[in-house]
Parts: sequence; C-alpha cells; structure tokens
Amino acid sequence: MNTTLPRLLRIAALTGLALLFAGSAFAQTPAAAPTAPTPDERIAALEAYVNNTDPGKSLKDTPGPGHNGWMMTSSALVLFMTLPGLALFYGGLVRKKNVLSVMAQCLGCAGLVTILWWAFGYSLVFGKNFNSPFLGGSEYFFLKGVTSAPNGDYAYWVSQNVFAMYQLMFAIITPALIVGAIAERMKFSAIMLFITVWMFAVYFPLAHMVWGITGFMNGVWNAGAAIKAIDFAGGTVVHMSSGWSALLLCLILGPRLGFGKTPMPPHSMVLCMVGTGMLWVGWYGFNAGSAVAADGVAANAFTTTTLATAVASFVWAGLEYVTRKHASVLGFCSGAVAGLVVVTPACGFINSTGAIIVGVLAGAVPFLACTKLKGFFKYDDALDTFGVHAIGGTLGAFLTGVLATASVNGNLTTNLKDIVGKSLWLEQLKAIGLTLALSVVATVVIAYALKAVIGLRPSADEEQQGLDLTDHGEEGYIMEAKS
Amino acid sequence: MKLIIAIIKPFKLDEVKEALGAAGIQGLTVTEVKGFGRQKGHTEIYRGSEYTVDFLPKVKIELAVSDELVKPAVAAITTAAKTGKIGDGKIFVLPLEDVIRIRTDEHGETAV
Repeated sequence: MNTTLPRLLRIAALTGLALLFAGSAFAQTPAAAPTAPTPDERIAALEAYVNNTDPGKSLKDTPGPGHNGWMMTSSALVLFMTLPGLALFYGGLVRKKNVLSVMAQCLGCAGLVTILWWAFGYSLVFGKNFNSPFLGGSEYFFLKGVTSAPNGDYAYWVSQNVFAMYQLMFAIITPALIVGAIAERMKFSAIMLFITVWMFAVYFPLAHMVWGITGFMNGVWNAGAAIKAIDFAGGTVVHMSSGWSALLLCLILGPRLGFGKTPMPPHSMVLCMVGTGMLWVGWYGFNAGSAVAADGVAANAFTTTTLATAVASFVWAGLEYVTRKHASVLGFCSGAVAGLVVVTPACGFINSTGAIIVGVLAGAVPFLACTKLKGFFKYDDALDTFGVHAIGGTLGAFLTGVLATASVNGNLTTNLKDIVGKSLWLEQLKAIGLTLALSVVATVVIAYALKAVIGLRPSADEEQQGLDLTDHGEEGYIMEAKS
Repeated sequence: MKLIIAIIKPFKLDEVKEALGAAGIQGLTVTEVKGFGRQKGHTEIYRGSEYTVDFLPKVKIELAVSDELVKPAVAAITTAAKTGKIGDGKIFVLPLEDVIRIRTDEHGETAV
C-alpha cells in the first residue's frame, strides 16, 4: 500500500515527460527543415557507406553497421591472438615448470596495457592536440569523448570506441611478444614494470609516428610526414619494436641457467601447434582489420595474408626436410608465424604475386636467423622472438617498400604517388632505422634502470624450481599416478 | 625359484604376455621404464637447438617362476620380444629366496 501511490505518481510523471519530449520533438521538426538533407545528399551518404568515403552531413557521426561489425569481429580476433593464441604458442615451447609463467605474462599484458591505454595510451597515439609528429594529444585521456560516433581522421564509418578497442589489442600483443625472448628467467614484477615504461617510451610514440594523423612516418595519410614510409598493420610498430627490444633485454638478462648444457626442449609441441593455428586465424583481424573497414583493401589484405603465410610455413618445413631429413611441426608453425609477421606491413599494399614472394622469403630468412645466426652468436633468445619478429618485421618493412602497388590500394596515390614503386624502399629503410634505434636505446635504458632498482632475475634457486611455483604459486599440470 | 626381469621394447609387450601365458606363466608385473644400452638415445631438433635424448622408453616385466618353468619362460620372452635389431632389450634371471601369497600365507613354490 505504501508503494502503490509513489509508483502511480512516477508513472504519471514519466508519461508527462514522454509527452513533453514528443511534443518538443514535434515542435522542432519544422525548425530543422531548412537543414534536412536532400534526397541526393541521402543517397550520396549511402554510397559513401558502400565506398567507405566521407558520409557528408546526412549520416555524420553515424557508424556504418557493416564496417563496425567487421571491426568488432577483428578486435576480438586480435585479442584471440594473445589470449590464448600466443599464450599457447609460447606456453608449449617452454619447459613444463614455466608454462603458467608465460600465460600469466600474456594475461598480465592484457590487463596492464588496457589500463594504460584507457588512461593515456589511446590519446597519446591517436589524439592530435599536441600537434606533434612524435606524440598524439591529451584530448582523449581516460577515453574522454571517445564515443560510438566515428573519428573521421581514422575511419568514416567505424565507431571511435570500437577503433580504440581494436588498436588496444595491438598494444596488448606487442609487449606480449617480448616475453618470448626472456622466457623462463625474468621476474613477473620486473616484466610488468618494464612493459609499463616501455609502452610510454617506445610503443605510444612509435604507433603515433606510424599511424597517427600527424605522425612523423605516416606516409599514407600525413602529407607533411618527414619520413614517407608505409606500414599497413604494424611491421615496425609491433614486430620490429618488440623483436629488437626483446633481443636487447635477453642480452642484458643473460642466458637461462644451464643454457647450452641442460636440454631445454619444448614441453608440448601440441599446445604450440594449437596456439599457432589460433594466431593464424586471429591474424586475419590484425591484417585485414587494419583497413579499418570491410572494404576492398581489407579483402586484398585477407588474400595476401593467406598466401604468404601458407607459403612461408611450407618453405620453412621444406628447408628443414632438405637440410635435416625431417619436416617438423615446429618448422611448419615457425614458418607460418614468420609469414604472418613479414606480410603484416605489406598485406594491404601488395598483390597476390607479391604475397608469394613475401612468403618464400619469410620462410627462408627467419629460418636462417633462428637456426644459424642464433647458434653463431649464442644468445639465449628462448622462443626466437628476435629471429622471427625482429628479423621478420624488418624484412617485411623493407619488402613493403619494394612490392607496394597502388593498383590494390588507391590510398597510395594520395600522398605517395611519386615514390610508390620507385624510391619508397628508401623511406622504408629510414623508418626501419628510426624504429630500431628507438627500441634499442629505450630498452637498454629501462632494463639497466630496473636492474639497479629491483633486479630483473629470480634467484638461481627460484629459477631452478620454475617460475610457475615461485612467481605464481601454482603448477600447470597436477598429475596423479597414471591409471 | 627364480625371479625373471626382462626389459623389452614397449610394442612387444602383448606378444610377450601371450607367449608367457602359453608357456604356463600365471602372472607378471609390468612397469614403464626409461634407459639405454648399446642402442643409446636419439636426437631431437627444435629450430636451431639440438638435444640428445639419452633414455629411451622401455617396458620392464617381472615374474617369479618355479625352477622348471625358467627355461620355457626365458624362451618365450626371447622369441616374442626379438626383432633382431639393436634395442631389443635384456633378460635377467635372479635366485629367489621365498614367495608369500598374502591371502593364504602360503610360502615357497606353492605361492608362485
């Protein structure tokens, strides 16, 4: 009885409010009439949706369902690359006692980087009020103003919040890749701190330089870019930066205890293979999604990604068969990942013939880096982050300059028509140099600083026991007696 | 009474078990083991890293037999486990002091 009256009152009030709004909306209709779009403008906006161009005023601030749907799918696919793709790929390759440590590091990246991205990262990469070629701006700090309306600087038809989440997934997997080189011997706390500083020192500036609308190396969209380089899905930003940083961090850390004396074979090639398959599938979101639209450029990227990856996988295993009489599962897996890495910067700019060339070189060059270079220099890049991502990323960035063609991507004619197919590879070399220098210098400084303050490695005893127990207090496999 | 311990190739276990049954053996114990003899191990390569695996998987069977069954049992194992290639395994015959059947407290030959 007590509640009936107020409820009635509320209903009455709400009805009144609704009538008021309906009335005011009705009242506004005549006033809005002069600015209402004409049928021509409305048709033009729909054509713009199909062609992925500027909607004009008729559909301004409205996301296009197809493009938006593909980008939400792509975002999920890229997250799937890290969780559980990379976690399984790396997890299978380490020894049994460290399987959870690698998975915890991937999960840690997902949580930590999301917080950084929400607070500052997205704005520092894709904002522009600093008006700087090296860092974005502060306008989107804490994702302020990042709504479902598109940001025309990056995509006419994709909600900016979806775009921000899509780019977040890249920011998550990049530091997670570093984990491969330093697996089994770095404290969890040291890794998380390293990644926090590294994101601000390397990833955010580099991603802005390459993809930010005012970026230093954004040759495709920034007419004033000092280095007119191109990078479709992150050869420099993701793979070179993580790969070269991983090498330096692995050198500063030193090899695992017993490296070269005790056998350290992968504890489960099955997990590794499952992870590889997930990486390959997820990579369609990474590469084809980098068109930031469900358009023809995405379709081309999807195709070149498939071709290059399959060829590279087959070439790597084929080289093993020729040189050692066995085509190994790890060979097929490594080749597939190398193919994906090398085609990443190129996928939206090359045709299918270019993809085959990329595939052959991606199977051969990282193969030599992992089997010959590593043995020669004797560094302990535990899971070959350097051999696959740094070498592959660098190779890909260079090949993109050689093989890019405007026939598959009209955006190359906007600011680059004079150099595509000619001197673009020189611009790529400059981008490679800058990426390499930034990654190497920043990693050395951060790693030595952390080493002095909190130390990088667990004690020898802890390393011997395995990081699963010492860092995380759990075991990957609890086996009762076999029945 | 003797205790026979045989190390054989794992895939030969079924044949050996059947041959022993045919020879009149009533029971045996099987363990999965690892080890090496002249066969040594094998090499595994993971990308650039090469590892030698010293210990190969084998099956160990143990059986207690009365004196008159020693020869047939050894013959059964030898015939059934032989492939003629290196790594076929070994048979050890040891003297056995006593056997006790827990259920009935019987001792010696009757308990075998």
